Amino acid sequence: MSTAQAVRMTNDAASSGGDNFQVSANTEQYLTFILNGEEYGVDILRVQEIKGWDSATPIPNTPDYVRGVINLRGTIVPIIDLRARFGLERVPYGPTTVVIVLKVMHGNASRIMGIVVDAVSEVYNVSQQDLKPAPEFGGAVRVDFVKGLATVDQKMVIILAIDELLNSEAMSAANAE
Amino acid sequence: MTIDMSKFLDTFFEESAEGLDAMESGLLNMQEGAADDELINTIFRAAHSIKGGSATFGLSEVAEFTHHMETLLDEMRAGKRAASRDVVDVLLESVDCLRAMLAASKNGDVNDPARAKTLGERMGRMLGAPVAGVVHADATHAAADAAGHGWSVVFRPHAHLYRTGNDPVRMLRELAELGDYKVACDTARLPRFADVQPEECVLAWTVELRGDIPEKNVREVFDWVEGDCDLSIEAIRGDTANGARGAPCEQTPAREQKAAEPDIKLKTPDAKVPTQDPRAASETTSIRVGIDKVDALINMVGELVITQSMLGQVGKDFDMSRVEKLMHGLAQLERNTRELQESVMRIRMMPISFAFQRFPRMVRDLSQKLTKKIDLRMSGEQTELDKTVMEKIGDPLVHLVRNSVDHGIEMPDARRAAGKSETGIVTLNAFHQGGNIVIEIKDDGAGLPRDKIIAKARKQGLLGADEEPGDDKVFELIFMAGFSTADQVTDVSGRGVGMDVVRKNIKALGGTVEVKSENGRGSTFTIRLPLTLAILDGQLVSVGEQTYIVPLVSIVETLQMKKEAISAIAGRAELYRLRDEYIPVLRLYNLFCIEPRQTELVGGLLVVVEGDGKRVGLFVDDLQNQQQVVIKSLESNFKRVPGVSGATILGDGTVALILDVGGVIDASRQATSPKGFGKKPAQVRAA
Repeated sequence: MSTAQAVRMTNDAASSGGDNFQVSANTEQYLTFILNGEEYGVDILRVQEIKGWDSATPIPNTPDYVRGVINLRGTIVPIIDLRARFGLERVPYGPTTVVIVLKVMHGNASRIMGIVVDAVSEVYNVSQQDLKPAPEFGGAVRVDFVKGLATVDQKMVIILAIDELLNSEAMSAANAE
Repeated sequence: MTIDMSKFLDTFFEESAEGLDAMESGLLNMQEGAADDELINTIFRAAHSIKGGSATFGLSEVAEFTHHMETLLDEMRAGKRAASRDVVDVLLESVDCLRAMLAASKNGDVNDPARAKTLGERMGRMLGAPVAGVVHADATHAAADAAGHGWSVVFRPHAHLYRTGNDPVRMLRELAELGDYKVACDTARLPRFADVQPEECVLAWTVELRGDIPEKNVREVFDWVEGDCDLSIEAIRGDTANGARGAPCEQTPAREQKAAEPDIKLKTPDAKVPTQDPRAASETTSIRVGIDKVDALINMVGELVITQSMLGQVGKDFDMSRVEKLMHGLAQLERNTRELQESVMRIRMMPISFAFQRFPRMVRDLSQKLTKKIDLRMSGEQTELDKTVMEKIGDPLVHLVRNSVDHGIEMPDARRAAGKSETGIVTLNAFHQGGNIVIEIKDDGAGLPRDKIIAKARKQGLLGADEEPGDDKVFELIFMAGFSTADQVTDVSGRGVGMDVVRKNIKALGGTVEVKSENGRGSTFTIRLPLTLAILDGQLVSVGEQTYIVPLVSIVETLQMKKEAISAIAGRAELYRLRDEYIPVLRLYNLFCIEPRQTELVGGLLVVVEGDGKRVGLFVDDLQNQQQVVIKSLESNFKRVPGVSGATILGDGTVALILDVGGVIDASRQATSPKGFGKKPAQVRAA
């Protein structure tokens, strides 16, 4: 993917373009991105757009993985740094750093949130059968944030459960208030 | 011809709701025994239009029920019946019942016929007439309860019937659908062939209908020709078809809109079954806007267009000599935009009487139930506020008023013993103050049970055993969540049920609620709400790299700090002496964990703000301009952030946070406590 150029991929385009991929009934498409050398995937139908990193307005008294909010054509969208969220080492944002804007379901409501990742990678078709449950692994990423593990070209792709990930803890705690 | 009746149906429901409100308030105003003609007429008219409308839309139950009410009202209007408490009670209950029936039809629910029936019977007993059939206004049909056998209908159209767009054949067909049907045509008026006028109706029909048909179904067929024909509908008794005695029945033209809407006259039979349009279920709300407001808008748009063309001309061959003109044009544009914005906002503004109008009824019912004597006084009903705010303030208000009636006002004998008048007074007052609307709910009851609240708080560990809190703190306790969940002050005499919910709802609207209470003299709840939720006047301030917006309404003043006025307590809590007052200085960068450009107070800028009746000074790096900002919610995609009421987008497209002054002040008070707000070490932000 070329450098700071923002790739906008609306959901419409993604779903209408789906014909070209010959998606079978229980195959889902995942957009993958790179984080600390690992490849993660999110359901492509949840991806609203991908844009280059721009500054965000910090929000006081929020966990440090909340980078702040940006203006996405009139909507205030919070931005989560996924490296910080996973407790990875912080690196300076570079030319490939992008924000993936996702639609997160929370009960019946949906929210728009952005995640900062090192770079976007590919779009893969993964069938349900190929999605292996994640084993219990101690570590930064909680198992319930992982929808499953897929193998594509001998590589492991970690498919994230974004609803759980982005609604957890601090994010949803506010709703209980 | 098929007309989509459903779109009229929505309007009908809306109008009916208004009519019911009018009836209710009219009935409440009706003093016992003294029936004001004008008042009864108003109620009557409302009932009448609901009846007419509901019959048109095939809501026959509603129509029938309203008809009973109308009959009762008619007698009152004619002076045959005094407006006794019983009558008013029945009518009020009927209003409720009607409301339920209409709501059920609107949502497509099945409504409970028993309630309507019981009420109908009560009304019937009052009228001294049987009610199984329709008790008609002229009472000639009152006894016609033989619906089981059938009807003999004599239909004698006037000569001009065709010209009104009605076709007797169609009506006869409709009758035929109702049951076993026999028709005889009366050709007595038929002229000689040479004299026949094709546009005149000279025939008359006698129709015999057999079967269990409700009278209203028969009458419904002739809904649109009332007044254009002589119509007699007689019950057939037993097997003897005693047929047409042909006493023409004087039909009151039931619907005034009938003449105004000739195009709906040709209604299709399928419109008669209560149409359940799926669209009706999805709530479409609308507001009525005064024509003056719309005119003002059109005016302003006109001016905007003129300004635009003026600017266009300036820009055409632009050179430096026209700069002044350009600036002038831009200033005008700004003014126009602002005016336009204000007018658009004003459309959403409605008088608070919409929220208040339910209270007379509520207080009346409650006081009857509790056998208390209560006088509800309302003032400032014309105070306007945003429709969304109004919709959301309804429930908290109900709660507070109910509390005042239930717990605030004492029983009559207790009041007498306390040397007060037996009748308690609950006052609802609304007025504008600054950019806020203030609503006061005041009672002259016993006041909050201070000692009991303290005792309870001690038990729950909210207060230390030997802590002697001030009044403010005590009354603050009733808004605590844990304080309101039953088995507490409430069973003795205190308030507290759901007060936390009240406060939460009001806070969600950006408002505050506070309580003042005096033992034995009553208590006052004061709600402060922003007039609108969409736009606010803000002062932009910068702290470090960030820009924040302070709502202009909460700014008292801004000043440059002088060395001699700055003092500190224990080297930490800084105070600034402003005239006779010491104001705590709040370093915004500390609170928000950002890197400031300036940390030296002397010479720095202090924005003195007021919220929740308290003042603090915000220490900021710089003041920028003042502007109106559109409030965007942080919660919709994120969550509520303490100290921040929302966000907005500045002219350069970046996001700026709007400070919640009340929240910031709360935070500053906690800041000295160890687990306060903003204690997190400043974040290191990646470059």
